[in-house]
Amino acid sequence: MPANQPRIKSTGLHVGEIRPGVPKVDPIIVADNVTRSFGGLKAVDVEHLEIPRGAITALIGPNGAGKTTLFNLLTGFDKPDTGTWEFDGKNLAGIPAFKVSQLGQVRTFQLTKSLALLTVLENMKLGAKNQAGEKFWNGLIPALWRKQEEEIEEKALALLERFKLDTKKDDYAASLSGGQRKLLEMARALMSDPTLVMLDEPMAGVNPALTQSLLDHILGLKDSGMTVLFVEHDMAMVRHIADWVVVMAEGRIVAEGPPDEVMKDLAVIDAYLGSHLDTDLGVVTGRIDVIHEDHLVDDIVEEALQTEAGSTTRPGDDIQEEKVQP
Amino acid sequence: MDWGLILNNTLAWVFMPETIAYAIATLGLAVHFGYGGLLNFGQAGFMALGAYGYAISVLTFGFPWWGGLLVGVVAAVVFALILGLPTLRLRADYLAIATIAAAEVVRLLFQSTIFDDYTNSADGLGGYHESFRSANPFPPGTYGFGPWTWSATDLWVRVFGLILLGLALLVVWLVMRSPWGRVVRGIREDEDAVRALGKNVFAYKMQVLVLGGVLGALGGFVVALPSAVVPAYYLPSLTFFLWTILLLGGAATIFGPVLGSLLYWLIMAFLANVLPALASTGMIPGLNNPSQAGNLRYILVGVALILIVAFRPQGILGNKKEMTFNAR
Repeated sequence: MPANQPRIKSTGLHVGEIRPGVPKVDPIIVADNVTRSFGGLKAVDVEHLEIPRGAITALIGPNGAGKTTLFNLLTGFDKPDTGTWEFDGKNLAGIPAFKVSQLGQVRTFQLTKSLALLTVLENMKLGAKNQAGEKFWNGLIPALWRKQEEEIEEKALALLERFKLDTKKDDYAASLSGGQRKLLEMARALMSDPTLVMLDEPMAGVNPALTQSLLDHILGLKDSGMTVLFVEHDMAMVRHIADWVVVMAEGRIVAEGPPDEVMKDLAVIDAYLGSHLDTDLGVVTGRIDVIHEDHLVDDIVEEALQTEAGSTTRPGDDIQEEKVQP
Repeated sequence: MDWGLILNNTLAWVFMPETIAYAIATLGLAVHFGYGGLLNFGQAGFMALGAYGYAISVLTFGFPWWGGLLVGVVAAVVFALILGLPTLRLRADYLAIATIAAAEVVRLLFQSTIFDDYTNSADGLGGYHESFRSANPFPPGTYGFGPWTWSATDLWVRVFGLILLGLALLVVWLVMRSPWGRVVRGIREDEDAVRALGKNVFAYKMQVLVLGGVLGALGGFVVALPSAVVPAYYLPSLTFFLWTILLLGGAATIFGPVLGSLLYWLIMAFLANVLPALASTGMIPGLNNPSQAGNLRYILVGVALILIVAFRPQGILGNKKEMTFNAR
């Protein structure tokens, strides 16, 4: 990977010794005794969890660890069996999902939910909060909402430009590629000026060329003062952008801490990363020769990128052309 | 065969109150299904409430005609609320089952002898026309030309029906191009996504159910205007005629229901005239009873519905691009 401009990671987020459930200096989410069972399976069993404000927190863990369930609970999309949690000092237990979102805690979904038969611009406009024209009787009188609509459109177009979707604004969201839909969903969430953005596997199914720009966008959220909580499986990415990592396994928080330290944690390696974390996959499967030096890998990647750049199709071009065929 | 008579009888349906009524009721279905994604298979129930609300308030309680109209509308709103509260939290397919059952409950209540004093049970109600006719602004006489020749009363019924249709079209058009309509179409696509954006999805779905239901009641009112109110008219098959009209014209369009209703009734009237004539001249093998030949058209409606859904799911006015992504 070509080295990116390094951004400074937030440190000193926690108070006292690092352990699961460690208090934070300035938490935005505080959850206590949150449990949720499906039949006999305890999907989530979180004793205490605090998410630091103004930082990027990654939630990692093996499949079935309860990450998405915890997401659903925190955002009001699912109801826990027990527990309380607060966002920004406000108790959120029993608050329906749409109100959670209105409070400034906006989420995206693991399986992207773009509104397929609305245009990209309509998708964006839908994200704006407090629209006068969204009340039935006001809707009948365009004079009541036309001005606000123009402001919303301006804001939507600016965001679309930032996410490089502005040329697609009049297309149906259904015609976007998977990666572009991820971008659209993230941009749409930003229309409401949230304080906390929760991204459920933002990189799943996104091609490597787009991953880089998605990463930049996530870092950009932090730059503009938002708190980010995301679920991700890609360890390189987590290490790259997260300021804090929370590890879940079998519904519990098993470890947390700054990324570099968490990845050395034995519990984490046991639960999730596996003993081959630092070994190339080719070595594990025995299908390619052992590559000892890390920079050698870099060289190969670099070379590949350059040959690709020389050919007619650059990485990223395929995004434009990738369309859903009828 | 007298083709001139057949043509005349067919064209008369362009301005028939039923044509106008079905267009209004189907516009309600378009709001429910085409824009809001709610599968309502009980539009006949809303129509029955509009018709009975009008007839009972005039006959039993001595309301003026416009008071009866309002009672029908309020009844539809209440019915939508009762129906929506338990079912709108469920998935769309469960709503479909609940609506068809609820509409049958409404019809059977009107048909049962329990409320005989008010509903006249299976025989239905008639003779409530005086108030509406006394409001007729047109002086007595004959109006129109060609196949469209009406008495002053006929003209008043049609004009009022068209006014209602115009208002309904205007309201749906205005509201669907507003941010409200955007939220509603968003809910059709994915209600969780809209919920995540901070919209009260349940409240919007309820408003959609109420709006479409009120349009259904207005349709029922227009059906009742020139004739009588009979419970057997509001069978589930009525709902499926409306669905045929909706899919014929285009589900997520404003003028689809109007065009659909027009085509539907013209074809029905044409077949109702042509089939018996063909049968009596022995041109339909195995069918020489003219009255049975007329019923053949209902079979053809079913076949037409299947063909539309299979080959042009977006309807005549629907946007083809929309369906490229959705049909399969």
